[in-house]
Amino acid sequence: MFDDLRDLYQEVILDHGRKPRNFRRLEGANRVARGDNPLCGDRMELFVNVTPEGRIAEAAFQGRGCAISMASASLMTETVQGKTQAEATELAGKFRELAMSGVCPDCGASLADEMERLQPLAGVHEFPSRVKCATLAWHTLNAALADGAEERKATSE
Amino acid sequence: MDGHFAASDAGLDVARIREDFPILAQTVRGKPLVFLDSAASAQKPRQVVSAMVRCMETAYANVHRGPYYLSEQATDAYEAARAAVARFLGAGDAREVVFTRNATESINLVAHSYGRGVLRPGQAVLVSEMEHHANIVPWQMLRDERGVELRVCRVTEAGEIDLEDLSAKLADGKVGLVAVTHMSNVLGTVTPAERIAALAHEAGAKVLFDGSQAAVHRRVDVQAIGADFYVFTGHKLYGPTGIGVLWARAELLDRMPPFLGGGEMISSVTFERSEWAPAPAKFEAGTPPIVEAVGLRAAVDYVSAIGMPAAEAHERRLVDHAMRRLSDVEGLTVLGRAQDRGGVFSFALDNAHPHDLSTLLDRAGIAVRAGRHCAEPLHARFGLEGGTCRASFGLYTTVDEVDTLAEALAKAREFFN
Repeated sequence: MFDDLRDLYQEVILDHGRKPRNFRRLEGANRVARGDNPLCGDRMELFVNVTPEGRIAEAAFQGRGCAISMASASLMTETVQGKTQAEATELAGKFRELAMSGVCPDCGASLADEMERLQPLAGVHEFPSRVKCATLAWHTLNAALADGAEERKATSE
Repeated sequence: MDGHFAASDAGLDVARIREDFPILAQTVRGKPLVFLDSAASAQKPRQVVSAMVRCMETAYANVHRGPYYLSEQATDAYEAARAAVARFLGAGDAREVVFTRNATESINLVAHSYGRGVLRPGQAVLVSEMEHHANIVPWQMLRDERGVELRVCRVTEAGEIDLEDLSAKLADGKVGLVAVTHMSNVLGTVTPAERIAALAHEAGAKVLFDGSQAAVHRRVDVQAIGADFYVFTGHKLYGPTGIGVLWARAELLDRMPPFLGGGEMISSVTFERSEWAPAPAKFEAGTPPIVEAVGLRAAVDYVSAIGMPAAEAHERRLVDHAMRRLSDVEGLTVLGRAQDRGGVFSFALDNAHPHDLSTLLDRAGIAVRAGRHCAEPLHARFGLEGGTCRASFGLYTTVDEVDTLAEALAKAREFFN
């Protein structure tokens, strides 16, 4: 009955959805942000540790949400580890494009391996009401990395 | 209207009813559409659509002002709609019916005019835990602006209003208004309106019922219930969007200041001061939803021709069948178990988030709502902050559709295992 949904719910997504990686409070994190999707109630708290050189040493999250949003956050925390802030921001932009369109035109150029890991989420572009589930984690990352923000909050809206 | 709707022992002639709703005949993603989201907004029968088209093609002009034929025709149709709604609600006087944009606006009208004009700081408004946000937020705004206290009556584990708690919260006599739903949009619970009204009145409070769901699923008699205010919306009652209803006792409408200012709602205007027209005009500033009123009247006629008792019986059969079928689905929880429930219920699967579940159901052609259905506090009450899926029935819902839902839910659980 639901075989054609395997494009959206690939095994890697179901796996990360059920057992999200880096699902914990990161003690000593120097960047923290909260992400909310007020429409569906998805909510996450993202913890990032940025080194003095501006590299993401570690990222972790806690929260609740659907399989797509949990898997996206889980894959994101794995993918951004070791990246510079600039690279993480670039990834967020590319991922947004991937989620909206299903393709990532200039992904071949830089960060190709990273985008390859995020490819399983490309299927959401066929489900307009679910794109926000996939992008919430990345909006939250952008909020966490934003300079000088007093209160770091992102919403899917 | 058409006599063919008369209920037989076998219930409604649903196949015949479905012919009135062309939208239901389509396939979605290759599957026959199973529309189970009528509680959010119901589909429209041809009778409503054609009444609105007829109005625009033959009898449309602005109302209450043109001393010419077409305007008189439109005014008659608009006022006839008011009279039809009054009869539908069992109201004594059509002048007690105010047309608004939707139920939300009706409640805001009461919060603004009655809340700011009649209630005093130190008094309280009492709502319940199972309210739609539309019956929470306007009272919070009133509280923050006017120092009117907002009290919340508990909901029991079964999903019913805790009447002991209601009495306790009325006991000090400070509550000026009880504002509760007549039927929960999440649990389907039909609340004991008569009992609630009696308790409110004993404590010296007025009572407002949010009838957005109840007006669709039960026969409403505002006088028998003892309501002071009753609100509902057109689009959930198979009518158009853009029109809602506030019914209120005439003496209350008379005491209330206007909500919006403008044309239609005045009897005289100078730059120094204006005088208000009597109700209902006082609350209908600007050009009203004329075509929508004609559509609502057609919807009221449509539902009345079928007959609320027949519709209710059909729905009870569907709900009973759904509860039996869904209890066989492993890992599925249905929220609440009220004695009196209409054709609305919410559920959760143990291994699937409501959004993932609704995406799967959509693939099977089934339209359900996912989320918190504008009732965040109620979901918190039941520890389901992540939300639920909600299925809701209409006149056109079939037993087969309930079976399709049950089968899809069982398969969805396998999918996520």
